[in-house]
Amino acid sequence: MLSYTATRLLECLLVLLVMSFLVYGLIGLMPGDPIDLMISANPDFTAADAQRLKALYGLDRPLLERYGTWLWAALQGDFGYSRLYQQPVGDILLPRLGWTTVLLGTSLALTVMIAIPLGVWAAARPYSRVDYGINMICFAGISVPPFWLALILILLVAVPFQAIPAGGMGEAGAGLLERLRHLFLPVVTLTLASIGGFTRFMRGAMIQALRADHIRTARAKGLSRARILIGHALRHALLPLITVVALSFGTLFSGALITETMFSWSGMGRTIYEATLGNDYNLALVGLLTATGFTLAGNILADLLYAGLDPRISFQTASDGTGGGSTA
Amino acid sequence: MSTDMQIDHPSPTGHGLSSYGPGRHRRVVRRFLRHRLAVGSLIFLLLMTFGAVAAPLIARSLGVDPFAVDLFNRFAPPGGASLLGTDEVGRDLFTRLLHGGRVSLAVGLTAAVFSAAIGTMIGLLAGFHGGRVDAILMRVTDGVIALPILPLLIVLAAVDLSKLGLTAESAGSETADLARLIAIIAAVGWPTVARLVRAETLSLKTRDYVTAARALGARPGRIMRRHILPNALAVVVVATTLSIGNIILLESVLSFLGLGIQPPTASWGNMLTNAQDLVWSEPHLAVWPGLMIFATVIAFNFLGDGLQDALDPKAGD
Repeated sequence: MLSYTATRLLECLLVLLVMSFLVYGLIGLMPGDPIDLMISANPDFTAADAQRLKALYGLDRPLLERYGTWLWAALQGDFGYSRLYQQPVGDILLPRLGWTTVLLGTSLALTVMIAIPLGVWAAARPYSRVDYGINMICFAGISVPPFWLALILILLVAVPFQAIPAGGMGEAGAGLLERLRHLFLPVVTLTLASIGGFTRFMRGAMIQALRADHIRTARAKGLSRARILIGHALRHALLPLITVVALSFGTLFSGALITETMFSWSGMGRTIYEATLGNDYNLALVGLLTATGFTLAGNILADLLYAGLDPRISFQTASDGTGGGSTA
Repeated sequence: MSTDMQIDHPSPTGHGLSSYGPGRHRRVVRRFLRHRLAVGSLIFLLLMTFGAVAAPLIARSLGVDPFAVDLFNRFAPPGGASLLGTDEVGRDLFTRLLHGGRVSLAVGLTAAVFSAAIGTMIGLLAGFHGGRVDAILMRVTDGVIALPILPLLIVLAAVDLSKLGLTAESAGSETADLARLIAIIAAVGWPTVARLVRAETLSLKTRDYVTAARALGARPGRIMRRHILPNALAVVVVATTLSIGNIILLESVLSFLGLGIQPPTASWGNMLTNAQDLVWSEPHLAVWPGLMIFATVIAFNFLGDGLQDALDPKAGD
């Protein structure tokens, strides 16, 4: 168990390392680097001046060496400075990480609370009208562009109802109610956009669980339909759902980026987007790595949770790369 | 995975889907036709494709120029030559929607094919060779699956192509925008197909006809190409169709955020860029492009679902 966790952690660190190097290399290919900007702003700027500045900032050294310097500083907690905000990158990202967690956490809780009963309901009566209807809702949820859904919700909710704001987060230090008002539309958007996938998965997992032998036994014993569904099948279907939720953190974060941007919610996603547009690549890089780190951590957590909850899983088999619970 | 295929005993030479013989073929078509939503979607998508391909002709026959700015004719109501009215700078909405379809379909289909090709190759190699090759390839696949795709694509889309050696002119061209979008989406879109093909390969490589081919001295490359790939194609086709919808969603959000297809080229995503400010006064400008994305994506998803039922009926549950 311990060695398995250690291996997974090492793998995640490796992914982060590779990714940081790739993105660091890409930054050199971004438009509007500071020296380019100085050249275009000042007609007296000569090529020699540019060369001198490049040497001053160490930009003339090879990529690998520059990356090494950056990595060494980052490992000591120095993530550099944000050009856009004129602050250390860590100071900017930390509160935003909190806001993204609030948004994602609320929405994920709501999504799961809706997706589980919908999936169970559909699986209880496969190929019925209810199942068909729920399936249509799922297809719509999977297929709707989240940013457009946000626009439509603004149109349908924020325009007629003044109590629901179309964006922002409320004043600094606002009360809970004020925060909730601003949280409403982003959470609804994100939830509607992610409910389809989870419901479909839940339905599939339930139908599988209902085929098991012990369900037949339970039926033969004369247990009620509800007891069989909730007491026996659901317990087994919930396990793979944990894995799917954890594997979808990356997708959820992409959804958060869109909703944060649409509703001016100061979270990680919106910060990465605005940093990229504003040529603040240091902030974008660290933001992207932070988001990736949390996604990977979520995956490990899910693996451990899954193994902890399911006594049939031993860690020798859990590392065979199939990850379990994936649907075709 | 598909017990149905085991019953069908593909011929040892394995010539693609056709190796199942005409009977199997007819059965697939019949099963697909029973899926009314998928058939409807296919018809819709064919009409869409026709509209997109013929967009310049349709614009000319209507007598409108989808790229001509006419500030005296902003927000014109539907009617006359402008079937759906005009946008915030007086361009015809309907023909711009058709042009937007060109972008979405081109990016969606091309990126889906490229990522399917990468995924198929990786899945085949991992499943067939097993062992360390499999372990490494699948770790990479898991790593890519876990990535937060959209922020990664945003950073990738900001790369200045002129610093990669392209001239400033060609780096800013429409083709460069398209090629970059397709390349970055394919670069992150392959893991789903890779996993499915790997699983399929694992089961196919134990079949008798593969053992027979091996005993006759066929090299691994030939076995993969002639015996495994053709029989794994059904899985690839379904997964690719289902991925097109996702890719169109990604393209539209990148274009919406200003990092995909750049104006004046019309794409459904960039047509919505200004819609947020206008949603209070001109809601129809926000509704139409989004509806086109929604309808196209859901049609591809229904189509993929129907294909799955037809080709691989057991996989649905």
